[in-house]
Amino acid sequence: MNHVANPPNAPIPPPNPPSLYERRKQIYPKLAHGKFRMVKWVVMALTLGVYYIVPWIRWPRGEGIPDQAVLADFAGEKFYFFFITIWPQEIFYLAGLLIVATFGLFLVTSLLGRVWCGYTCPQTVWTDLYIWVERAFEGDRAARMRLDNAPWSLNKAVRKIGKHIVWLIIAFLTGGALILYWHDAPTIARTFFTGQAPLTAYFFAGMLTLTTYFLAGWMREQVCTYMCPWPRIQGALTDEYALNVTYRYDRGEPRGPLRKEQGFEGRGDCIDCKQCVQVCPMGIDIRDGAQLECIHCALCIDACDDIMTRVGRPTGLIAYDTDLAVATRAAGGKPVYKLLRSRTVLYAVLMLAISALILVGLAKEPTFDVNVLKDRSPPFVQLANGDVRNGYTLKLVNKATTARDTMVSISGLPGAEFEIIGLSKPDGAQEMELPLEQYGVDRFRLLVTAPAASLPHRSSLEITVLDPVTGESHTRSAAFMTAGAK
Amino acid sequence: MSDKHTEIDAHSGVETTGHTWDGIKELNNPLPRWWLIVWYISIAWAFIYMVLMPAIPALPGFGGTNTPGVLGLSDRTLVAEKVVAMNAERSVASQRLMAASLTEIQNDLNLQQFAMAMGESAFGDNCATCHGAGGRGAKGYPMLADDIWLWSGTLDGIEQTLRHGIRHEGDDATRFSAMPAFGRDKLLTSSEIDDLVQHVLSFSDRDTDASAAAQGSTIFAVQCASCHGVNAKGDRNIGAPDLTDAEWIFGGEPADITASISNARNAHMPAWQDRLDDPTIKALALYVHSLGGGE
Ligand code: SF4
Ligand code: SF4
Repeated sequence: MNHVANPPNAPIPPPNPPSLYERRKQIYPKLAHGKFRMVKWVVMALTLGVYYIVPWIRWPRGEGIPDQAVLADFAGEKFYFFFITIWPQEIFYLAGLLIVATFGLFLVTSLLGRVWCGYTCPQTVWTDLYIWVERAFEGDRAARMRLDNAPWSLNKAVRKIGKHIVWLIIAFLTGGALILYWHDAPTIARTFFTGQAPLTAYFFAGMLTLTTYFLAGWMREQVCTYMCPWPRIQGALTDEYALNVTYRYDRGEPRGPLRKEQGFEGRGDCIDCKQCVQVCPMGIDIRDGAQLECIHCALCIDACDDIMTRVGRPTGLIAYDTDLAVATRAAGGKPVYKLLRSRTVLYAVLMLAISALILVGLAKEPTFDVNVLKDRSPPFVQLANGDVRNGYTLKLVNKATTARDTMVSISGLPGAEFEIIGLSKPDGAQEMELPLEQYGVDRFRLLVTAPAASLPHRSSLEITVLDPVTGESHTRSAAFMTAGAK
Repeated sequence: MSDKHTEIDAHSGVETTGHTWDGIKELNNPLPRWWLIVWYISIAWAFIYMVLMPAIPALPGFGGTNTPGVLGLSDRTLVAEKVVAMNAERSVASQRLMAASLTEIQNDLNLQQFAMAMGESAFGDNCATCHGAGGRGAKGYPMLADDIWLWSGTLDGIEQTLRHGIRHEGDDATRFSAMPAFGRDKLLTSSEIDDLVQHVLSFSDRDTDASAAAQGSTIFAVQCASCHGVNAKGDRNIGAPDLTDAEWIFGGEPADITASISNARNAHMPAWQDRLDDPTIKALALYVHSLGGGE
C-alpha cells in the first residue's frame, strides 16, 4: 500500500500536548501548635497504644484453647475477641461487624466530614509519626528545606541516614506487631528471632515493614490523593450540613498582608501569611475551598488560630463549618446547623439495629451444633434381605470447653433402625449415646435401615441430638432414598 | 502491507517504521526502558536457572537423563522428602493404630477419627477408581457398602483381601478360585447354558421358563453346586457368590448371566501390601468395614 498523505483538513494535534504526568512536589509540613494538634497527639498515642498492647492481653478460656484476648487463629479456624469466639460457620458475625463499622464511618462522615482520615486512619497516624521523626532529625520546615537544597555533607548524611534507620525500625515494629494478632504473641515474639516462626510470619512482617516504610515515609499524601478510594466515596456521603474544615471567606476576604498601623476596617481577617498552607501535610491551600486532597486534619485551624490571636482578631477564621453556613453569612443571613438529619438518623438506627442483632445472635448462640450430610454415593444401599439403608455423616460441633455426652435419636420413618459406626447400641434402643470431645468437631457415620416395601423414592426423617444435662437439642431433617417409584 | 520507506513524523518527531495501514503510519517508538530492563533480567535469569536447576535433556555424558543443576533439586526428591516428613508426623498415631485392636479403636474416639480420615483419603486415591466413591460399586466391581460379601466382611477378612488381593499373581496368600469357562471351553453346549440361566434366574424369584429351568436344575446339581452350594447360597471360602440375592456384580440380565457362565469372570484385585504401608492398609480396612457392611 502506498503512502496516503494527511487529508488537507485533518485536525493537526498540538505540537506539545501537555503531559498527563504530575511530578510529586516534596511537601515540608510545618509543626502546628494548638488544640487540634494536641488532640492528634493524644489520638496517636491511643491508637498506637491499642495496636501494640492488645495482642498481649490474656483471656483464659480453658485447657488447650488459646488464651489470647484478641486472636485470628487461622490454623484452628477460629476468631477470638475477649468473651466472643467466632467459629468458621459464624463468619457472618465478622461481616456484621464490618457493616456496623461502615455505618459508623458513614455517620461520622455525615456529621463531621473526614474525621476518620484526619485523626485515626493508619496512613495519617503513621505519616504523622514519621514526620515527627523527620523533624527530630532534620528540624522543622525551613531547616528541612535548607537541608534538602544543601550539597551533601557529613551532617546531611548523618541526619538522613539516622532518619531512615528510625523509620525502618518503626516500620518493622509495625509489621512485626501485626503478626502478633494471628499467632500466640509471646511465642511468636520469641520464635520470630530464633528463626522457628512459620514462613508466613516472616513474609507478612517483611511485607508490612516495607509497605509502612514506603507509604508513610515516601508516598504519604499521594496514598490519600491517588490510591485511597475514601476521598471519592466521601463525596457521596457528605451533604451541605456536614461539618468540614472550612475557610470562612465571609470573614477572611478580601485578604491581604497586614500593614503596620492599618486596622481591619474594610478588609478581611486573612492576612495572607500562608501559615495554613505551610502546616498542611497535603500541601494544599484550604482557602481554595473544599478539596479532594484535604484529609481534614484541622492543623490549618491551629495555624490560623495562632495568627489570629497574634494579630488580635477572634480565632476561627478556619474552623469546622459548612459551606452553606459560610455562604449564608456572606449573604447577611443567619446560618442553620442540623445534626439531626434523615441520613444521620438512618445511619445511627442501622448501626444500632445491626449491633443489636449481632449481640442477640451471640447471646443465643447454641453451645453445640449438628450438621447432617447425606451420602451421595451411594445414594442408598439395597441389603440382602430387601431392606434399604441410607448413610449419613453427622458433624457435631461442640463449642463448650468440656467434653460431654449427647443422645441421638431418629424419627419420622416408620420401622427404621439406626446405628452409628464404631459405637455400640443396645438392640432395639430408641436412642444412643454420642460422646463429644471438648471444643471441637466430631464426625460420625450414621446408618439408617428401613424396610423398603412401602417407601417411595424419596422420604425424609428427623435426626435429633440432645444434651440431657442442659436440655439443649437440635433436630435436622434429611432425605431417605430407596429404589421405589418417584 | 509495507514498504521500506521511513521518515520522521512531523507531529511527534519520531521515526516511522515505514508501515502504513489505510494511511495510518506506525511510529518507531523505542521500547520502554523498564520493559527492556525486565527483559534483560529475564534473559540473565534464564541462564542462571539453567545452571542451578535441572534443564537440558539428553546431553552426552549425563547417562541419557537431563543435566541435574548445581543445586541438585528435583521434584521427585522433594516429594520423597515430604512423604518421609508426613510419615514422621503421623508416626505416633500410626503406631497406636497398628498396636490397637478393633475394639480398642472403637473405644478411642480420637484414634477412630484418625483411622477414618486416613482410610477415607486412601480409599479415594486407590480404591474409588474401581469401587466408586463411598464404595458404591460398578459393573464388575462389587459394592462395598452393602451386607453382601464375596470373600469376607469381617475386619480381618477385609484386611486379608486388601493385603493379598484377589487372584493376584505372585502372592501365595492371595484369594484364589477359578470358575471354568463352561461355554468357551465347550464343557456345556449353548442350549444347556440357556437352561442353566433360566434355573439361576429362578433362585431370586425371577420370571423363568419353567421347563428350561427344570432341565437347568440337573446341570446345576452336577456342575455348579459343588462351589455355589446345593441351595445356591454361595461359599465365601472360595469367593463363590450367593446366587439367591438380588445383587449381581456382573449384571443380572439373562445375557449377562449367559456371558458369566460361558466365559467365567474370575476378576482380579491387586495385592495392596506391595504398594501401601501397614497403617494405611489397616485404616483402609477400618474404613471399608465402616461403609455399612462390616461384620
Ligand atoms: S493562616 Fe489564616 S491568616 Fe494566614 S493565610 Fe491562612 S487563613 Fe489567612
Ligand atoms: S487543608 Fe487543613 S485540614 Fe485539610 S489537610 Fe491541609 S491542614 Fe489538614
